[in-house]
Amino acid sequence: MAAAVSAGKVSALATRLLGRGGGTALPGLVAQKVYPGVLRAITAQLPGGSLMVSGTNGKTTTARMIGSILDAAGLTPLHNRSGSNLERGLISTVVGAAKPGGRLPNSYRSGLFEVDEAAMPAVLGAVRPRVLLLNNLFRDQLDRYGELDAIYSKWRAALPRLSPESTLVLNADDPAIAALSTTRGLRAKLVTFGIEDEHYTLGELPHAADSISCPRCNSRLQYGAILLSHLGHWRCTNCGLSRPRPDVAATRVVLNGTESSLVQVSTHAGEVDIKLQVPGLYNVYNALAAVAATLAFGVSVEHIKAGLESFSAAFGRIERITIPGDGGRNMLMALVKNPVGFNEVLRMLFPVDDAEVGSPRNLLIIINDLIADGRDVSWLWDVDFEVLVTSQHPLGNLHVAGIRAADMANRLKYAGVDTALITCDTSLDGALDAAVGALPAGQTLYVLPTYTAMLAFRKLLHNRGWVQSQFWED
Amino acid sequence: MDLRIAFLYPELMNIYGDRGNILALSRRAKWRGIDVSVDRVSVGDTIDPDYYDFYFFGGGQDKQQITVSQDLQGQKKDALKEAVERGAVILSVCGGYQMLGDYYRPFDDDDLPGIGLFDAHTDASNTRYIGNVLVDCVLPGVGTIVAFENHSGRTFLGPGCKPLGKSLVGGGNNGQDGTEGAIYRNAYGCYLHGSLLPKNPRFADLLLTQALARRHGPVELKPLDDTLELLAHASATERTRATK
Repeated sequence: MAAAVSAGKVSALATRLLGRGGGTALPGLVAQKVYPGVLRAITAQLPGGSLMVSGTNGKTTTARMIGSILDAAGLTPLHNRSGSNLERGLISTVVGAAKPGGRLPNSYRSGLFEVDEAAMPAVLGAVRPRVLLLNNLFRDQLDRYGELDAIYSKWRAALPRLSPESTLVLNADDPAIAALSTTRGLRAKLVTFGIEDEHYTLGELPHAADSISCPRCNSRLQYGAILLSHLGHWRCTNCGLSRPRPDVAATRVVLNGTESSLVQVSTHAGEVDIKLQVPGLYNVYNALAAVAATLAFGVSVEHIKAGLESFSAAFGRIERITIPGDGGRNMLMALVKNPVGFNEVLRMLFPVDDAEVGSPRNLLIIINDLIADGRDVSWLWDVDFEVLVTSQHPLGNLHVAGIRAADMANRLKYAGVDTALITCDTSLDGALDAAVGALPAGQTLYVLPTYTAMLAFRKLLHNRGWVQSQFWED
Repeated sequence: MDLRIAFLYPELMNIYGDRGNILALSRRAKWRGIDVSVDRVSVGDTIDPDYYDFYFFGGGQDKQQITVSQDLQGQKKDALKEAVERGAVILSVCGGYQMLGDYYRPFDDDDLPGIGLFDAHTDASNTRYIGNVLVDCVLPGVGTIVAFENHSGRTFLGPGCKPLGKSLVGGGNNGQDGTEGAIYRNAYGCYLHGSLLPKNPRFADLLLTQALARRHGPVELKPLDDTLELLAHASATERTRATK
């Protein structure tokens, strides 16, 4: 194993010296070649055991919320913070943390791993987590993963490997995730979480909604409340399967625009009010998931509250940047990687229940189609951009950029947006200049990039000296 | 003038943003002053073969496709075939295309029967065709179609229908014979996502013309400003050539 660890470390250094990004995946590939058992051997040393997070949306944010909680509880985690979440990314993380002989420093008390949904079954066997959190399952980058049903079957096959001492944490509001509790041969303990408060509901299922048929009998599900995409208060009138009553429940939610939110959480250990410094209902779900997972991991409610309240958003997920100069202008960057995520960002920018008319929403949307973005841009047609036209909040300037800028511009045209408002530029540099040039004093430019677009945009901002770091050095 | 659209199985067969096709057809009709209605037609509903001008049938996942296959064997099978004989237009993509053929044959399960509108059948395979594609369309005035494919089924056409075009980049119907899609009268099947119609406006307008002709006779469509559509077409074509 010492050979694997040093080979991995050398290649990490080499990647960084060559300037090829953050050096997050290659070392894992190298170490795994030298010693295939390296992930098991290193994670087995963690005294508090490991917590694993998987699901389509919110993995990185949820894992970072959990990280903040574990820090508050003194359980400093070994964590793949970079979001490099395939098996080789995890191996890079553990190899990078280990000493040359393969031993982990004593400072790491626990393991925290966000894992790609397709990679989850393989990683489960190596990490053997004490807690496995499954957030949700949405349509995402299907050209890479194959279809949702295939992932779902692999999950069902893998879950019986969880030991009877471990806990499986499931989202009660996601029908397919909740139904994993009925997995044959499952030995792990179960904990569910969900939102009880019905204040922020959607009138109808968005076009991007996936799991609207019953996971047991395939009939169409009925919803008492739809909270986010297909998440909500569901039941099957045919076979009787229904949303379990959540063990960890948000009994009251107050969203405060693009700034923050307040959540009242009821748990077996009592009620707690949490002030989140991150906006949006999707982050309420992420926070609830973090509460449920860390409670199952043995953390106290006090530490959970402290950890969540000190949490600020993960890299590029939601980020505020001041635009230099004295115009009092700023930028808010929010990653958009699939229809559900995009819908939720639009819901945050164009809230329907907000009676007053806000300041103009100036948008810069950047769409790439590289492998990490998903090469198929069809998903743009599942996003409900029509809200840009129907919202009471005025649309300001609208710029589109990235490799597939023209597809995005065309999508907006068919959403009913006046084409005279749309500026289309594939170059990021040009688009940034144009968008900032058109931005009135005192207003915000909302930058909505896909994953590789976010990296490229961040690099551009770094080159201009507008942000400090380009990679995940934090 | 009005256009009646049926969206077949919208909650089951609507993956990969295929509803963009309905948006494209509806908008392009409305921009020309044509009234448009879109009805959702799903499991248990009956179809009056004389009512709709245009049917859209998208793709779904395996589980959904089983439900749809069963439902089609009821009243819809003959109604859809009858509608096509009387001039209605159908655009089907991926799973919908497969279900309009004779059958879909999985590896280790019973055949899923289709409705036999297309003289075609589909076999499961281990190869998944994923990527940007270019098709040289046989229909007059359509030219090159650009789209995205993502399928492991291999579709083989019989003599009762002809291909929609020649596959220039991509796996096409089956990765073997260089064909893409199928045409029978005004019914079209293909493996083209993207969405297909928004960035292939000439194909969209051809379908619109055929759909309107069913009840309103020959129609001359007013030209539209297709700058953005053609920009999207051109950039996707460039991307297809760069990533093939």
